[in-house]
Amino acid sequence: MTEQSESGPAHKTVEIGMALLIGVFGLIVIFGSIKAGINWGAEGPRAGFFPFYVGAVIVGASAINLWHAQRDDDGRLFAEWGQLRQVMSVVVPTAIYVGSMPFIGLYIASMVFIAWFMRWLGGYRWLTVIAVAVGMPVVTYLVFERWFLVPLPKGPFEEWLGL
Amino acid sequence: MEELANLFHGFAVALQPYNIMLMIIGITLGVIIGVLPGLGGANGVAILLPLTFSMPPTSAIIMLSCIYWGALFGGAITSILFNIPGEPWSVATTFDGYPMAQQGKPGEALTAAFTSSFVGALFAVIMITLVAPLVAGFALRFGPAEKFAVYFLAFCSFVGLSKEPPFKTIAAMMMGFALAAVGLDSITGQLRLTFGVTELLNGFDFLIAVIGLFGIGEILLTMEEGLAFRGGNASINLRVVLQTWRELPTYWMTSLRSCLIGCWMGVTPAGATPASFMSYGIAKRLARRGNNFGKGEIEGVIAPETAAHAAGTSALLPMLSLGVPGSPTAAVLLGGLLIWGLQPGPMLFVEQKEFVWGLIASMYLGNLAGLIVVLTCVPLFAAILRVPFGIIAPLILVLCAIGAYSVHNSTFDVMLMLVFGVLGYLLKKCNYPLAPLVLAIVLGDKAEEAFRQSLLGSQGSLGVFFSNGLVSTIMALGLVALFWSAIQEGYSRLRMSMA
Repeated sequence: MTEQSESGPAHKTVEIGMALLIGVFGLIVIFGSIKAGINWGAEGPRAGFFPFYVGAVIVGASAINLWHAQRDDDGRLFAEWGQLRQVMSVVVPTAIYVGSMPFIGLYIASMVFIAWFMRWLGGYRWLTVIAVAVGMPVVTYLVFERWFLVPLPKGPFEEWLGL
Repeated sequence: MEELANLFHGFAVALQPYNIMLMIIGITLGVIIGVLPGLGGANGVAILLPLTFSMPPTSAIIMLSCIYWGALFGGAITSILFNIPGEPWSVATTFDGYPMAQQGKPGEALTAAFTSSFVGALFAVIMITLVAPLVAGFALRFGPAEKFAVYFLAFCSFVGLSKEPPFKTIAAMMMGFALAAVGLDSITGQLRLTFGVTELLNGFDFLIAVIGLFGIGEILLTMEEGLAFRGGNASINLRVVLQTWRELPTYWMTSLRSCLIGCWMGVTPAGATPASFMSYGIAKRLARRGNNFGKGEIEGVIAPETAAHAAGTSALLPMLSLGVPGSPTAAVLLGGLLIWGLQPGPMLFVEQKEFVWGLIASMYLGNLAGLIVVLTCVPLFAAILRVPFGIIAPLILVLCAIGAYSVHNSTFDVMLMLVFGVLGYLLKKCNYPLAPLVLAIVLGDKAEEAFRQSLLGSQGSLGVFFSNGLVSTIMALGLVALFWSAIQEGYSRLRMSMA
């Protein structure tokens, strides 16, 4: 590794990991296709016929990508740890937001999520935070449910409000 | 002449007050989508698609395609004023547009960009009007083998034309095909690749993939760069517009060349981004003041904008006439057709005349409306961009979640969207192209169906793809496209050894 002021995972490592991941995906596709049947049946090619070859090409292409990835190493970083922390600070709360949606509904989850994001990552005043965090779901409700009649997931709180 | 009558009928459809209203709404939303980071054309259209489920298809496509035109216009605003390309295809616009703005000529740069966009789009729409019915008429005679050959050509062009390494393009594309295969097999009705997970019975919806890959992935990339906006004010007054318009005709050669490049790159699925770069590069080489490119030359704004818009528009030609979209956004629109119960492809021109010609007429009107909207509202859109990312980002994430949920009313899809988002971030960082992945998810089932039907007819012999002149030609073109980079390399080696 070359000397860098900031450290982080090497691009090469991630590149290799990605090629392996895609290769494994290809193997899963091949495995699933074989289970569905890859030969000819009474109705012509069986369900696994086409995906089997798709999977085979994925495995082949990944092998070549893997070979390229481990051959050329330019010492580049994938990203600095600080940058990855930034990315994770969005991914983790979004995962919690998405995961809680089936239980507390979209509106409450969105309010908490927007408020958290603006307060902790944006550093806004509470007044601004509350205005946006409450305003956006209300506008969403009016546009989607009232105007376009698209139902969105609701939780116990909306039920209590009788919406 | 029948086409002309059809086109006038189309104008009558597009000019209904309801449709004009949708057009203006679409353009405005589109420009906002184009201006904001993390909300692209494909992703924006995908999020708003569920809103159109209850609309008549013609109105729905008019609104959605106008969002697309708006996004094409919007990308230029941020490129010129803030040196931040709102869309990948406006990267080349920053090269000369931003220096022009810094030299106190933002009005000129914006006017040139918008007008060039309009010219490029108009050129492409005229081409679509003239060529699409012919292509569709021709394609009506296609059997399954020819259909598969067209898909083959489209996907091979991706491998040959994209900047990314060919094997990464192939890997990304095949992942798309594999994801498309999950669920019920449309021919035998058998379940496959679900591994017992009931949520996967219906397979992966490409809308979820688009919202995740392009929307969430883009936000994650932006977070990493830690965006801080700094930009000046911009206003356009009539005097600047008229003055720039007087100057523009002197660059007619650049415009025409960029139109042709754009149309070519748009019809083959290379797309708007390479078209804009290629057009900029060629203009730089051929222009009299080529050495000045990069320092604020108006020709350096005209070339990429004209080509990007021509490419973006002509991407709809293969979508309408063959059912093969030329860009991710066109793919989302094609997905919309399927949802509204229309069968994309040549039969549209026979069975859904009102829809097709209404759409084509709305392309003329939508781009005209777009030009007027962006010229008059630039300060407003620039102000939207000054809303800090700390507020915009959570709102966009919530919008993505709403869009993903409302496709099938399923919270599982929302989780899937996040998975696609993280995947999109990693793929993009590792230089895997996302467009062929999305296109493969959209077209996977159709390509497979055509492939299996052809094989059924030929009792399993691959010779069916070379059984007549037409199908052999298309397949041969596809193979050339597939091995294009290898052919180029071989040719340059040959010349090296000759010299």
